Amino acid sequence: MKITNIEALERIAKEVRRGIIEEVYNAGSGHPGGSLSCADILTVLYFNQMNIDEKKTNDPNRDRLVLSKGHASPALYSVLARKGYFDKELLKTFRKIGSNLQGHPDMNKVPGVDMTTGSLGQGISTAVGMAIASKMNQAGCKVFCILGDGEIEEGQVWEACTTASKYELDNLCVIVDNNNLQIDGKIEEVGGMNNLTEKFISFGFNVLNINGHDISSIVDAITTAKQTKGKPTAIIAKTIKGKGVSFMENKAEWHGKAPKEEEYKLAMKELEA
Amino acid sequence: MEEIKKATRESYGETLLELGKENENIVVLDADLSSATKTSLFAKEFPDRFINVGIAEQNMMGIAAGLSTFGKVPFASTFAVFAAGRAYEQIRNSIAYPKLNVKICATHAGITVGEDGATHQMIEDIGLMRGLPNMTVMSTSDDVQTKWAVREIAKINGPVYLRLCRMKTPVIYNEKDSEKFEIGKGIQIGKGTEASIIATGDTVAEAIKAKEILKGHGINVRVIDIHTIKPIDRELIVKCAKETKRIITVEDHSVINGLGAAVSDALSEEYPVKVEKMGIPDVFGRSGKAEELMRYFKIDSMAIVNKFM
Repeated sequence: MKITNIEALERIAKEVRRGIIEEVYNAGSGHPGGSLSCADILTVLYFNQMNIDEKKTNDPNRDRLVLSKGHASPALYSVLARKGYFDKELLKTFRKIGSNLQGHPDMNKVPGVDMTTGSLGQGISTAVGMAIASKMNQAGCKVFCILGDGEIEEGQVWEACTTASKYELDNLCVIVDNNNLQIDGKIEEVGGMNNLTEKFISFGFNVLNINGHDISSIVDAITTAKQTKGKPTAIIAKTIKGKGVSFMENKAEWHGKAPKEEEYKLAMKELEA
Repeated sequence: MEEIKKATRESYGETLLELGKENENIVVLDADLSSATKTSLFAKEFPDRFINVGIAEQNMMGIAAGLSTFGKVPFASTFAVFAAGRAYEQIRNSIAYPKLNVKICATHAGITVGEDGATHQMIEDIGLMRGLPNMTVMSTSDDVQTKWAVREIAKINGPVYLRLCRMKTPVIYNEKDSEKFEIGKGIQIGKGTEASIIATGDTVAEAIKAKEILKGHGINVRVIDIHTIKPIDRELIVKCAKETKRIITVEDHSVINGLGAAVSDALSEEYPVKVEKMGIPDVFGRSGKAEELMRYFKIDSMAIVNKFM
């Protein structure tokens, strides 16, 4: 069932963020910053945009999502659990021995995960393969791929973009979670990746720039992407790393660490409905 | 009788074309080397099922992985050094770990690439690929066996690495032999008890040549063709160790982590005996004709014969 009410989607996104904090806190490790930054995008995809049914996880004609920035697994798991792919209680087992919720998403362990990811730069190629296959099969399904802005420093990303353009993959939509931070600091100071709009345009993409935390903008952009013909779309979503938890926002140090008990309580309080 | 020779990459390309006609889910990927890997035969007949990604092997492996999640059976080809080497981590994380149904068919393996020299002579690929969980690793010795293998791996659901060669090698088997071939089962040629010469890929024909020469000297050896490096035929290897005086491995690959290592692993756990490893010592290759290089690196029939002289 698609949720179209913007406020309802915002409420879900907040729940998703609470789930992210709980997962990472319980695990004692994980990646909260980049998970919080793409929480709104994932919420819109799963609750408003993607043609999916949580009861038919193997439907060959379902839309696909490749979380190329696989370290944002807490966000994906939180969304999937809320969508009903598995019991929310399982989120407490994230990263623990014996759990199916691995540190990075494993398609063979978690219902709803369309591709195993985690090694940066690789997911987008698999998404390109899916989009080509969808066209070959005339399946009509869309393929979405979420990239980190640090991740696109990997050369493979641009190899994949070249192929996406060559095969005119208008069923492919990549969304760059542009939070402007990577582990070692600011993107412009660490890897130096810049001019994203120009880069994607020159690689043959239709490019849309949006605020990645504005639900209605995300809805509009993905709707536009789906209607675009003859070329793939790149949505550059301006986001805030750690969005929703004041002390995590715009702090590279929250890329890959878990909150302590006091921090956890504070974060959950900030994320109260 | 004139010896018939053919490169296993040719056999691969021809079989892909046949498979393409029989199974519409077969798709083929290449990275700007289709005329050398022989996927061009398929490309010409089925342009809509052929994806040339250009010189982008890492991307090719990912695309193959994505295609397989839609029920396609992708065959991804390039030279072994770029498949197992450059795209190693893509194979590891996007294909082997998720256990996707991708067939990586790597041509131009080993020093028999020849004149191109060390940069293009992949002598570590068996080691890299056999270390990957979920991966089946094959290395075929002639035309008949390669044609059989390409058909067999299309039937398995899971990742496979098939190692093929550039140079023309003698046709060893006849088509009827292939009815008895089985993935994971080595092929014993002869019953000699002086030694077991265990070979794979382009060294199998050399081992057979050596066996014939040695016979003339009254030395009876057997040859074991290991076309499946993983899972390896431990049973046959242990049997040979028990039945023959010496175990000698010969491979167009580094002596580290290759066939000799796989044989040693199998024997050390069950029936430890000395294993004499012939292969590329811990050095890179060099330019030269394929035959000259086999002689230079002592993996040809004469080098095997000399082990007994």
